[in-house]
Amino acid sequence: MAEIHNYTINFGPQHPAAHGVLRLILELDGEVVQRADPHVGLLHRATEKLAESKPYNQSIGYMDRLDYVSMMCNEHGYVLAMEKLLGITPPVRAQYIRVMFDEITRILNHLLWLGAHALDVGAMTVFLYCFREREDLLDCYEAVSGARMHATYYRPGGVYRDLPNKMPQYQSSRWHNQAAITQLNDNRQGSLLDFIADFAQRFPKLVDEYETLLTDNRIWKQRTVGIGVVTPERAKALGFTGPMLRGSGIAWDLRKKQPYEVYDQLDFDIPIGTQGDCYDRYLVRVEEMRQSNRIIQQCIEWLRQHPGPVLLDNHKIVPPSRVEMKGDMESLIHHFKLFTEGFCIPEGEAYAAVEHPKGEFGVYLISDGANKPYRLKVRPPGFAHLAALDEMVRGHMLADVVTILSSQDIVFGEIDR
Amino acid sequence: MSQFLEKIKSFTLWELLVGMKLTGRYLFSKKVTIQFPEESTPTSPRFRGLHALRRYPNGEERCIACKLCEAVCPALAITIEAAPRADNSRRTTVYEIDLFKCIYCGFCEESCPVDSIVETTLKNYHFTQRGQNIMNKQELLAIGDEFEQDIARDKADDAAFR
Repeated sequence: MAEIHNYTINFGPQHPAAHGVLRLILELDGEVVQRADPHVGLLHRATEKLAESKPYNQSIGYMDRLDYVSMMCNEHGYVLAMEKLLGITPPVRAQYIRVMFDEITRILNHLLWLGAHALDVGAMTVFLYCFREREDLLDCYEAVSGARMHATYYRPGGVYRDLPNKMPQYQSSRWHNQAAITQLNDNRQGSLLDFIADFAQRFPKLVDEYETLLTDNRIWKQRTVGIGVVTPERAKALGFTGPMLRGSGIAWDLRKKQPYEVYDQLDFDIPIGTQGDCYDRYLVRVEEMRQSNRIIQQCIEWLRQHPGPVLLDNHKIVPPSRVEMKGDMESLIHHFKLFTEGFCIPEGEAYAAVEHPKGEFGVYLISDGANKPYRLKVRPPGFAHLAALDEMVRGHMLADVVTILSSQDIVFGEIDR
Repeated sequence: MSQFLEKIKSFTLWELLVGMKLTGRYLFSKKVTIQFPEESTPTSPRFRGLHALRRYPNGEERCIACKLCEAVCPALAITIEAAPRADNSRRTTVYEIDLFKCIYCGFCEESCPVDSIVETTLKNYHFTQRGQNIMNKQELLAIGDEFEQDIARDKADDAAFR
């Protein structure tokens, strides 16, 4: 009698549903997955090692490039760790700006996730709608930092610049006449805050639209309900964080449990799932977008009423303003000192974690008193999620592997680092 | 009753029809896309694009070869060599930026004490030959000369925030 062997296939690393460069070795019995073996490391760039050879501030830009769809949240983790070691607290306005941009980043990340997830499952339209909204948020990124993705905006002691008080405008062309341009520029008349306020006011309706297309859709439900179920016990044992953990029904959110910055003064809810399947994780993330939108609105309200400094006045850590630097010898010395040697962080170690859109993003920083880290360790949320992939896909069909993988919200920048 | 209604909805593909109505509405609504080469999305004055070296209004180059940008560049993309000029002022003899190494973090502009090296809002550029990615001093100054008005306006816009 002929012996029946399992069939082993190679999924990725160059596959549009592999979310970057994941190589999966799948052992199939017919179309049922028996074993999944993720191979990571194809995007390893040695960010942690790189940080050891640079003054502290110079690594901020490299943190953007870890999880390259939620840039400012990565910076936040790194900056918080430095601030913890330095024992400084940024001005309250800077904290509100950080929180606002963290939430903008969360929406950016969830929009990309929703679009890509829907695309993986087979719905093209949501992807286009999500990217339309991402465009507005990336304009906010650009207006505030000068870059649409890799912002390099957070600094130890605050944020680099205050929010601009005007937005760039569309110009008319032969494709759009003056009337059309006026309409396009309608929400760009005021400051950046007005632009974000306009977005936050429009956004809940747009989320409703995504939900119209997906939530009740029978194809969507057939593809996601009961797929990749993780029980609350297993979710905890596997080290899940963020929406993956909340999808399994555990109300764990660092913004509530270990509030950093001003999260304890803001009003928002953390959604949790009941079943722990792909559908629940989808619902949790969609609700998180609505909650982020609420936080953004509260931040706008506060920021409008409280102008003030966004960086500390401590010139041993924060460079002086340009006017000061050009007019005052001591400031010029500080400026030169900070841009060549940087600042030194007292000996010690610190772990700072933020509620990143994907889960707990932690930075563990060891300082030996020099101007560069002795060791920097990044705790990426996606790594623990990917490690559980084998357990989650076992017994599912080959097509479900794609659904489960994308419902984990995997980004290789942070997993491989 | 509600169960009966659910059955009817399910049988008539109700939720699919609702979705189709939404996409159908967008099919006939105004397009949000723009025609790229002829028009572009608005660019913030803070945008960090192609680099340029600026001059003072009297034509003298600003850069004094203090090498702060070289020191602060996380990507080590800037190379500077300096020597006294004939009039004994300190100037650069070599100022090169490798745009393939640059990560456009904006630290060079932030560090420059004389506003010489700046990142302009230019974003549409390309290279056709190997080696063109390394911008030398003349090329950087030429960009600065050509777009000085725009650069000065953008920097003035942002001066209050820095």
